[in-house]
Amino acid sequence: MDKIQLGEFIKSIASDLEIKEGKQYLEVTVPLPMLHTLAKQLREKEEAQFDFLFCLSGVDYGSDLGVVYHLRSTLYDHVVVLKTRTSDREHPQLDSVTDIWQTAEFHEREVFDLLGIRFKNHPDLRRLFLDNSWGFPLRKDYVDDINIVYK
Amino acid sequence: MVIKGMKREEFEDNASLDLLNTSGTNILLTTIDDVINWGRKNSLWPLTFATRCCGIEMMAAGAARHDFARFGMEVYRASQRQADVIVVAGTIVHKMAPVLKRLYDEMSEPKYVVAMGACAISGGPFFLNSYSVVKGVEHVIPVDVYVPGCPPRPEALLYGMLQLQRLIETQTIKSRKERNASHDYK
Repeated sequence: MDKIQLGEFIKSIASDLEIKEGKQYLEVTVPLPMLHTLAKQLREKEEAQFDFLFCLSGVDYGSDLGVVYHLRSTLYDHVVVLKTRTSDREHPQLDSVTDIWQTAEFHEREVFDLLGIRFKNHPDLRRLFLDNSWGFPLRKDYVDDINIVYK
Repeated sequence: MVIKGMKREEFEDNASLDLLNTSGTNILLTTIDDVINWGRKNSLWPLTFATRCCGIEMMAAGAARHDFARFGMEVYRASQRQADVIVVAGTIVHKMAPVLKRLYDEMSEPKYVVAMGACAISGGPFFLNSYSVVKGVEHVIPVDVYVPGCPPRPEALLYGMLQLQRLIETQTIKSRKERNASHDYK
């Protein structure tokens, strides 16, 4: 499917989503509670078959925290980007997509490690690189006066 | 004593060597020191230790074109217990620092440290706004020679290693102990 067909297809699953054509890929902004169901349908629907999560990244927008999912279908070779965000900086929590794409397991651990976003139903949500004494260093409001020389 | 730089002319006419030699050598020990230092400086075996891209330059220095072995840095040792010099080739992060310290501690005396590249000297490109990088390897282990560059060319590393040889030439068995005491990093 090309971008237009893909956009229409996603609208047919959930009509009220904000779909934008980005520089490279089709970008879909998904509200938090819808994320897991939409991802599952994109994976399982016969005409979509997004079987490859090739990038999962955490983002700190300043006020919000978010996660961006890049999906590709190895069968049809089409790509879609799912963006989701939460304004809760204290206890940010998203649904894990490890049951859909197993590769998300390490990606989500990395996001948890560096940004402190928790993933519900993740099988093994431990820190990946850093030990427990660290905060979440990729957050914009992270402060460490001992180790960081500020510009 | 740490050499941080040396002019080309000084390097060639040995004047700085005399300067380094005036650091109070005992006359009785001079001859034996000469023999020991001659042996030490001409068989400096580096440890196979590279944490980043400087390691590639270090490998190039060891390979056929630049051929490290001409100066007695004969062979890279894979075990810290057999190595004489550790070339810190690359960024040291806070998670790596205890490993580096342990490697250094497990090397047998006499041991020397060469800080290679901007990252090992000061944190380099990661000096500002970095949460993970150690700002200079001298915070972890005592450094004998600094080799600037990002990364330094193999020639630069060779020059640094020759500097280290000159440094060894000026040391005595006595001052070695004092030096170790002054670098107590516990």
